[in-house]
Amino acid sequence: MNRPETDPHFEYLLRLGDSSLILGQRLAEWCGKAPILEEELALMNIGLDLIGQARLLLSHAGQVEGRGRDEDRLAFFRDVQEWRNLLLVEQENGDFAKTMARQFLFDTFQGLQYRELAASADSTLAEIAVKSLKEAEYHQRHSRNWMLRMGDGTEESHTRLQKALDELWGYVPELFEMDEVDQAMIAAGIGIDTNALRAEWDSRVREVLSEATLTVPDVGWAVSGSRKGQHTEHLGYLLAEMQFLPRAYPDARW
Amino acid sequence: MAEETATAAVLVRKEPDREVLEEAFQVKVDAETRIEPKDWMPDAYRKNLIRQMSQHAHSEVVGMLPEGNWLTRAPSLKRKAILMAKIQDEGGHGLYLYSAAETLGITRDQMYDQLLDGSAKYSSIFNYPTLNWADIGAIGWLVDGAAITNQIALCRCSYGPYARAMVKICKEESFHQRQGYDIMMVMAEGTAEQRRMAQDALNRWWWPALMMFGPHDAESAHTSQSMKWKIKRSSNDELRQKFIDATVPQAEYLGLTIPDDQLAWNAAEGKYDWGEIDWDEFRNVVNGNGLCNRERLETRRKAHEGGQWVREAALAYAEKRQQRAASAPEKKEI
Repeated sequence: MNRPETDPHFEYLLRLGDSSLILGQRLAEWCGKAPILEEELALMNIGLDLIGQARLLLSHAGQVEGRGRDEDRLAFFRDVQEWRNLLLVEQENGDFAKTMARQFLFDTFQGLQYRELAASADSTLAEIAVKSLKEAEYHQRHSRNWMLRMGDGTEESHTRLQKALDELWGYVPELFEMDEVDQAMIAAGIGIDTNALRAEWDSRVREVLSEATLTVPDVGWAVSGSRKGQHTEHLGYLLAEMQFLPRAYPDARW
Repeated sequence: MAEETATAAVLVRKEPDREVLEEAFQVKVDAETRIEPKDWMPDAYRKNLIRQMSQHAHSEVVGMLPEGNWLTRAPSLKRKAILMAKIQDEGGHGLYLYSAAETLGITRDQMYDQLLDGSAKYSSIFNYPTLNWADIGAIGWLVDGAAITNQIALCRCSYGPYARAMVKICKEESFHQRQGYDIMMVMAEGTAEQRRMAQDALNRWWWPALMMFGPHDAESAHTSQSMKWKIKRSSNDELRQKFIDATVPQAEYLGLTIPDDQLAWNAAEGKYDWGEIDWDEFRNVVNGNGLCNRERLETRRKAHEGGQWVREAALAYAEKRQQRAASAPEKKEI
């Protein structure tokens, strides 16, 4: 009903920025908890890249919207149903296998997405995509290596990783969903056809899973809804933690 | 039997050598020549450095935790990004220092086990909790500030790998300190609630920061030998005074009050006079009775034990790869 009020360009940038921010926030939760110091640094590093992307994308979204909302206004003063991040990235960290599986599925997607967005008619978005593509490719190399190590490591690591993939697989179809916002953005030369990326994503993911001796899940369920603000219950807690300070002291600048 | 005699002979022959070696070592140290990993060094020098360097590395790694406590709650995306980068730097310092300490003949695993089983120490400051966002500012400003005061002196330490590590680490730490001060400045100029948080953070971190320099010179167990070996270049009390003299004007600029009734400028001596550290509190926290001693170690233990299967997987995978490469060498040669 309120669709016409939403600027598809703003909405589109929000989707991109929100996914980066929420996953960056999830990775920040690993501080002090990683299995090895090098990996703790890697998770902080990847999280930092994602938060950097989110800052650029949300700032740009705020400018496109033209209502004076900056990156922080968008990050700290929206409630669950106003968030547009993919359901996949808001899922809880779980063990290291689940975090890496989530990361691998997303990194592979994000790399393809940025590759295509580098040609966007929105020159700011194109610049962000070029910069972020390098990061996404590096992230994908990292998560891919862990898929191999854990999939083809010990029996325990294999079992844990397979379970993680099975638990996350139902959030994958949403990555490739298209709605009227996507269509409008494709028509404007700003957005991309994510559905067209599915085959390449599939083949890249299947290749790694096969090398890692993992089975492509066949779970028989799939959920989506983030584009309409329908999320899993995990997002509310993440936001409660992340947004606490600016909301408790709304007059303060930090 | 023959072997025993031979060993005895070596021991006998070595005795006079040791004195000569120690003397030559001290001459080298006095001449400001850096000691390098393969150089001869007294066992006590080696032990002292292992203790100090591993403790330093552990402090970096445990020091990530009180800041990590606010990483998911940082009040702006910029602050979150800065804090994440800072924590990452600290982990990097830990790795760097563990590597430098490994040149002395101990492994990182051994050192880390000593941290986890409680036999090695880390800076007691990290046993204090971070209760409000200004604590992140205070840690950067005061804790990193105190650390830099110590570490600038360590850049001239007689042991080469440690001194070089300090040069790199000091550069990053001074950036951290500026970031911390910037948080304090914004809060001190902010709302009444923010000013209250900033003052509260200063009240809680000031004295523990002064404790970071260790006991008074007269009571310091390691000072005189460390000074002779030029591991330490300035005494605890000298460094503490230097820190106070540099920091008091910074607090004044912020409009915050340092929680010390006796603090006063001594014009005759060109330095600040100040009160006395509560050494009972210091010992109490060092001995395990700080608010967070147990949590800090437990967090690191849980991460280490919980990550055992991940490390095993990585090892198993590396072995499998090696075996596969070894079983198919002909392919490469063809």
